[in-house]
Formats: sequence, structure tokens, C-alpha cells
Amino acid sequence: MTSSLDLPVQVGPANDPLLSVDDLRVRFASEDGPVYAVNGVSFELGASEVLAIVGESGCGKSVTAMAIPGLLPPTATVEGSIRLAGVDLLSLSPKELREVRGKDISFVFQEPMTSLNPAFTVGRQIREVLQRHEGLSKRAAQQRAVELLELVRIPAPQRRVDEYPHQLSGGMRQRVMIAMGVACGPKVLIADEPTTALDVTIQAGVLDIMRDLRTELSTAIILITHDLGVVADLADRVVVMYAGMPVEEAEIHELFAHPQHPYTNGLLRAIPHREKGVEEVARSRLAEIPGLVPSLRSEPDLCPFAPRCPRSTEICVSLRPPLEPTRPHHPTACYHPGEDS
Amino acid sequence: MGSYLVRRVGTSALVLLLASIVVFVGVRALPGDAALALAGEERDPAALAEIREKYGLNDPIVVQYLRYLGNSLQGDLGFSTRTGLDVSQIIVDRLPVTLELALLSLLVGLLIGIPAGIVAALRRGSWPDNVSNGFGLLGLSIPNFWLGLVLILVVSVQLRLLPASGYVPLLENPVQNLQRMVLPAIVLGTGLSAVLMRQMRSAMLETMSADYVRTARSKGLSERQVVLVHALRNSLITVVTVLGLQLGALISGAVITEQIFVIPGFGKLIVDGVFTRDYPVIQGVALVTVFGYVLVNLLVDLTYSFLNPRIRVSGAAS
Amino acid sequence: MRRFLRRRLSVFGLAVLVLIVALALFAPVFGDPGANDFAAVLQPPSAQHPLGTDDLGRDTLARIAHGARVSMQAGVLATLLAMAVGVPLGLIAGYYRGWADLVISRTTDLLLAFPFLILAVGLAAILGPSLRNVVIALGISALPSFIRVTRGEVLGLREQDYVAGAIADGARDVRILRRYILPNAISPLLVQATVTIPEAIIGESVLSFLGLGVQPPTPSWGTMLSAAQSFLSQAPLLAVFPGVAIALAALSFNLVGDGLRDTLDPKATR
Ligand SMILES: Nc1ncnc2c1ncn2[C@@H]1O[C@H](COP(=O)(O)OP(=O)(O)OP(=O)(O)O)[C@@H](O)[C@H]1O
Ligand SMILES: [Mg+2]
Repeated sequence: MTSSLDLPVQVGPANDPLLSVDDLRVRFASEDGPVYAVNGVSFELGASEVLAIVGESGCGKSVTAMAIPGLLPPTATVEGSIRLAGVDLLSLSPKELREVRGKDISFVFQEPMTSLNPAFTVGRQIREVLQRHEGLSKRAAQQRAVELLELVRIPAPQRRVDEYPHQLSGGMRQRVMIAMGVACGPKVLIADEPTTALDVTIQAGVLDIMRDLRTELSTAIILITHDLGVVADLADRVVVMYAGMPVEEAEIHELFAHPQHPYTNGLLRAIPHREKGVEEVARSRLAEIPGLVPSLRSEPDLCPFAPRCPRSTEICVSLRPPLEPTRPHHPTACYHPGEDS
Repeated sequence: MGSYLVRRVGTSALVLLLASIVVFVGVRALPGDAALALAGEERDPAALAEIREKYGLNDPIVVQYLRYLGNSLQGDLGFSTRTGLDVSQIIVDRLPVTLELALLSLLVGLLIGIPAGIVAALRRGSWPDNVSNGFGLLGLSIPNFWLGLVLILVVSVQLRLLPASGYVPLLENPVQNLQRMVLPAIVLGTGLSAVLMRQMRSAMLETMSADYVRTARSKGLSERQVVLVHALRNSLITVVTVLGLQLGALISGAVITEQIFVIPGFGKLIVDGVFTRDYPVIQGVALVTVFGYVLVNLLVDLTYSFLNPRIRVSGAAS
Repeated sequence: MRRFLRRRLSVFGLAVLVLIVALALFAPVFGDPGANDFAAVLQPPSAQHPLGTDDLGRDTLARIAHGARVSMQAGVLATLLAMAVGVPLGLIAGYYRGWADLVISRTTDLLLAFPFLILAVGLAAILGPSLRNVVIALGISALPSFIRVTRGEVLGLREQDYVAGAIADGARDVRILRRYILPNAISPLLVQATVTIPEAIIGESVLSFLGLGVQPPTPSWGTMLSAAQSFLSQAPLLAVFPGVAIALAALSFNLVGDGLRDTLDPKATR
């Protein structure tokens, strides 16, 4: 496998992965009974690797991501294991977990407009995390906040640092969020659709920053998106999710070249001129595939994609397919894997 | 900020001007002849005509209004037709009484309402939440004058713990003053605290589910910091906006509470004025009350805009 | 509806409400509220007088039942009056905006500049004490909330595509207001009504208590409390029953209102 990307990362069972998520399950209690939002997600993330999680809206990307630093609301029940450098985060006390949040794992949320507190200056909000984890004085933290704003290429950082979120545009707010995210040099940065809410022109700028940061800071990134262009741009590896489950996982060029799962095939087919390569794909988005997304009211015991799947047979609706390699380093949860002809 | 301030002050001034017209016209609309009221025992038509002339009651209504406005602005609110005392002086005497009652009640209201609202929101569905909600509903439903009666009945008549009524000036004897103010302040304060509790609870529930609270958690801040720094500040901004309106309820409550506990404050003054048809007193008290109410609401708004950077700092992007 | 029924407290409120309405409707069953019996004044509860008698030997239960009529009338009529005037004004202000809005909104500000009881006492003094005038005074006091709620709703709905579309199609204003705007504004208005009614019920009792409302011998919960004030040590229960009645009436509306709010707007965090 040859990669045109700068950072080919070797992740094998030999190395102890930075972050490993194993059989993650998340269930929400709601008025109308339980919601099975995530049903057995497993993946590994190596140091300074970029892993993309893709899938259509509601497939459980954000829930998976938020489960990692324990940010889900109390209505959620989380099972499985989440290990950061060998430490099971699910077994940590709330106090120990707070040491990890913002320091080892930080988060950039989907909603730049509402994720900053309107009552405080952005400087104060960046300072807060520095003072919390680095024990910096207010003065030193303020100085550092300016540097961080500069790092995410906010013009006139000296002035902006004392401004309130409402004085900044959406793109700038998201950069502030990123600055806050990388402030303490985290091992893992989770970026949940960092550009989805932004204008196309602004998206590119934010993505550039993310790309530079990964080289400069050697932070591992979990990038959540439904924009395949972003995936092609930034990611080393991709996990495709469907209805709360991973259905396929592969290194990026492998996935684009040899998609195995019919759902992935559908996603890629929806993009015109795929054969022209990654660059062409860059500005396309996951298209809607016809059919209904299954309800998450019960735990799935069959292939969740079966109702929409052209390859569906009897076994698909009687037993849930396991996630197993169908090509080298390329697991797929499907009884009928392979590329569409 | 500057233009907002000017606009807000302008609106208040306009409202006050209109309110003065309403008070003026309203008092003219009260049943009974003003001249007759001024005359007291005098029933001689010639004497009445003389009074009309003397008080300018024959002048066009607009002239009368302007004269009244001019006098009011100079602090001349006329004389009580019943006691002959200077209305401004009566008001200056009575105002501190009501202010003390209002401040004590506000204290009771805030001390109970705000913490109860916070706890109820943070422990949603728990017994403190249920107790607070029950308290809030009862507070909305129980008329405060009845609560006053019941307290007098239990605390003063049955248990003989505190005097049921009367007033001793604060400077004369602080202990006796407080003994007599405790029950009225509780009566007025609990009603207020019920409303504040409900507002604080819903504001807190809203801010606690806000995205920026999640951001604060993602930084590894303690739950205490998340609540006290990030959620509370924004919830208080919401509650402050409605505090001004609550002051209207407080004034209304003071009127009737003073009546029950026989406290010689503002509220008692206006009710007594209505019964004795003491028009200058009604007019003066109504005017001063409205003035104070509008002024306080203005102050609340300005405080709010100071707390809320969105208004304080008008931004380039907004 | 299911949502509403799931809230036990709201169902309890509804039950109490039905009970009070029944009490008001069948008030004569409980006897003549004016019949005095000087041989039995200030009696404690007994088989003959379940809630005792007052200082003139009148049966408290009969007076409470007749008082329910006054309270319900005052609460409902004042609210209807405020709606009848406030909703059209709010519609005009929100729909036409411009000058009409300016005048109506400033008038609302003006009304709001008078604390409720100052306004009500003033109006009651001008109009004279009677149930009708209490209703008018309470109705005017409640006016600003209805104007504001309606205006706010219309401003929001105007921006909706289907309304904007209808306006662009040249539909007549009255038709747009009736067909598109009013039906969508019903829920918040209904919720506002359930807030206003208990306020008006309490307002009536306050005015009557002060002697500015319903006049004796007509029984009203407020006048009953006012009379009971003089006999606190001899007959404390006289001051208890009417107050409980007011509190229950107001509570029932507040509970029903909370339930309605939850049902009509499930997203709201109460
Ligand atoms: N707090 C919650 N309570 C109940 N259900 C929830 C909660 N949060 C998320 N869900 C459900 O979990 C499922 C997955 O949601 P999630 O936010 O992870 O989707 P997503 O893949 O991030 O979608 P999007 O691309 O729209 O962000 C959805 O069906 C959602 O309704
Ligand atoms: Mg999401």
C-alpha cells in the first residue's frame, strides 16, 4: 500500500495503541423507552494518527465521540471499554476523568455558534483550561491564549482575545474552539464535524489549520464528518458507521479503491467520477441512499442495512454479520462483501 | 451601549409623561366633585365657586394638567384634603416604611428563591426538586393577604410570639421594628420567592443543557465551576430581566400587607386615600409609585445590559 | 391528551377544578348564604353547619359555595375580557407593525408602568365597587400580557413561509389572520389564560378584601376573609376556610396550566 499522504502511520497489534475503543455500547433512557444509539463500536487510534468516522446523520458518530471523554448526559448508559494508553476511562472516578478532559483528550464540538459561553471573553475561556491543567498564572495564561489564537490564524489576536463570542464570526469561533482544544497539547483531539456548520469558503480555512496542527503538534485526531472531501483531505484511516455500528474500517486509499460494504459502495457511488481519484471526491458529500434508517428502539439482531441493501439475502435478516477482515487490514460487517460491479 | 442607553432612558421618560397624564385624568375621573372635597363642610355655592377659582378648577383641563405637572416636578404635590398636610411631606414620611418592607421581602425572596431554584434544577426529579416545585405552586396559588392572616392567627394570636400589627420606626427601636416587620416580610417574601424559584429553575435547566456548559465540562472543570461560573451567570441574567416586573408584584403585595399588619406605609396611604376620597394623596402616591417603579425597571434593564456583553459591547459581527 | 393524563398532579388539579365549578353551579343546594341565625353565631363546624357559622349566624359552607360563583365569574370573565381586547390589539400590532405597533406597544408599556394593585385600586375607585367593575379592572390589568403574547406570536408566524406566501399571493388580511395566524397562536394564548385566571381570582379576593370589590352582603371569599379578621381569636376557622378555597381554586388552574404547557409545548423545560 503506498500512501500519498505525509504521515503514513503503522498501527499494528505490536504497538500499544494510544486509544482503543472496544465493543462500545451506548443506550439512552427516554420517556418512550430505551434508545440504542451505539451498538458495539471498536477501533484503535495510534499516536498522531487521524481517524475519520463517517456515516449519515443520526448514525451515532457524536454519541461515540462524546462517550470517550465521558461527556454524555446522565441518561446514557455506556458499556464496553475505552482505553487511553492502557487506562480504562470508564473505570475512572469523575475526578480522575476531569484530569483527562481538556488535558489528554479535548473536544471541538459540532456547533461553533453556541459552544462558547456568551458571557465571557474568548480569552477568559481559553485561559480557563490553561489555568486548570497547566497551573499557569492568569497573566501567563493570557499570554498563551494570544499565542494560541495566533496559531489558529486569528487576525489581531491581541484584540480578539478580549472580545466576546458574539463579536466573532462562526469560522473564528470554531478556531477559538480549536485553540482551546489544543491549548494543553492533548494526546487526542476529537473534532466533531468541525466544519459542517460553516460556509464552504470558511471550511477550507479551518481544515487548513487542522492539517497544519497535526504536523506541528503531533496530536492524534478523531475526525467526525459526513463530508468525504474532508476525509480524503485529512484522514489516515476511516471507520464507516451505520445505525450505531461500524460496518467497515480501512486505510483511506484502500477504502476508496476497494469499498467492501454495500453501504460504503452506495456512499461512494453517489459521488460522480470516483475513478478520477481522491481530489475529485474532495468537494462531494455523502449522498442520501434511498430507504429508511432503522429505528434505534431495539438492539439490532440482524444486519441493520438489510432493508436498504440490494445484496440482502435470508441470512442478513436473521443474524447480525460480524466485523471481520474481508481483505488485509480491512474488516467489513457484511455477508456479501465486495465492490459493486 | 450608548445609543441603547439613550433609547431606553427616552422610552422611560415617555412612559412617565404618559403615566402622569393617566394619573391626572384618572383622579379627575374619580366620582365626586373636587371642589366639594376641597371645601370640606362648606356647602355654600358662592364659597364653592370661590374655591374653584382659587384652585384653578375652571381653567381648561390642559392648563390644569400643565400646572399640575409643573408643580409635581418641583416636588409640590398639593395638600391632603383630609388632614391638610403637605402630600410631599406625607410621602417622605411614609416611603422609608414601605422601602424597608420591600427590601426585607426582597431579601427573603432572593435567599429562598434563588438557591431553591438552583437545587431544584440540578437535582431534577429528586425530593428537593419536588418540594421546591410544590412550594412554587403553593406560593403562586396562596394569596399573600391570607397567608398574612394565617400567620397572625398562628404566630400572634395562638402562640403569642410576635406582635400582630403596628409599627415602630427603625431608628427609634430596631428590635421592636424588626419584630413587627418579620411577619410582613415573610408574607411578601415567600410569594416572591415562589416566583423567583420557578424562574430560576427553568433558567437553570435551560443553561445547564446549553452547549457551552458541555464545552466547560470538556475542559475538565469541576461540576462546581461548571455550575457556579458557566451556568449560574447566564441564568442570573435571565432572572434579572424578570426581577423588575416582580417589583410590581412586590408593590401590589405591599399595599395589602400593610393593610393587614396596619403598617403606616405607602400602600396603606393609598387605600386610606381612596376611602377618604383624599384626591391629592391618591394622585401623589400613584405618581410617586409609578415613578419609582419605572425608574427601578430602568435600573434593572441597565444592570441587565451590563451583565450581558451582547448589549454592553456591540460587536463587529452582530 | 395522553401526555396531560400522565401528569398526576395536573389530573388532580382538573378534578379540583371540576369540584369547584360544581360547587358554584349547585351553590343553592348548600342553603341560603344570607339566612342569619342570631342564636348560632360564630359556631364551630357541626352536623348542621359543616363549616360553622359567621358573626351573623350565616352558614359558612353556603357562603363559600356562593363565593365560588363570584370567584369563577371574576376569574373567567376578566380573562375573557382581556383576551377579547388584547388579542385583536396584539394581532394588529404584530401584523401591521409600523405606527399601529408603536402606539399599541407604548400603551402596553404605559399599562405596565402601573403595578397591578395600584391600577386595580385606582380603577375600582373610579368605577365604584361591584363585581362588574372588578372584572373590568382585572381585565385591564391583564391586558398587556395578552397583547404581548399575541404580538410576539404574530411577529414569529409572519416570517413563516406559508404565511409569507399567502401574503405574497395577495390574500386578504382578515383571511390570513383568521386562517393562518390565529390558529397557531391558540396554544400560547391558552397557556396565558391559565396563568391569568388564577391571578384574577386572587385579584378579586384582594379587591373584595379591601372593600373595593364585591360588596356585602353578597358572599365573596375576599369579603368573608375581611369580616373574619375581626374574630381571629374567637373563631379562627372563619379566616381559614375562604382562604383554603381561594388557594385551591388558584392551585387547580395553575396545575392545569402547567399540564397544558407541557402538553402543548413538550420541549419547554418546566
Ligand atoms: N441525549 C440523548 N437522548 C436520547 N437519544 C439520543 C441522545 N443523544 C443522541 N441520541 C440519539 O442517538 C442517535 C445518534 O445521535 P448522534 O448525535 O450521535 O448522531 P450523529 O451521527 O452525530 O448525527 P449528525 O451527523 O446529525 O451529528 C440519534 O438517533 C439520536 O436521536
Ligand atoms: Mg453529530
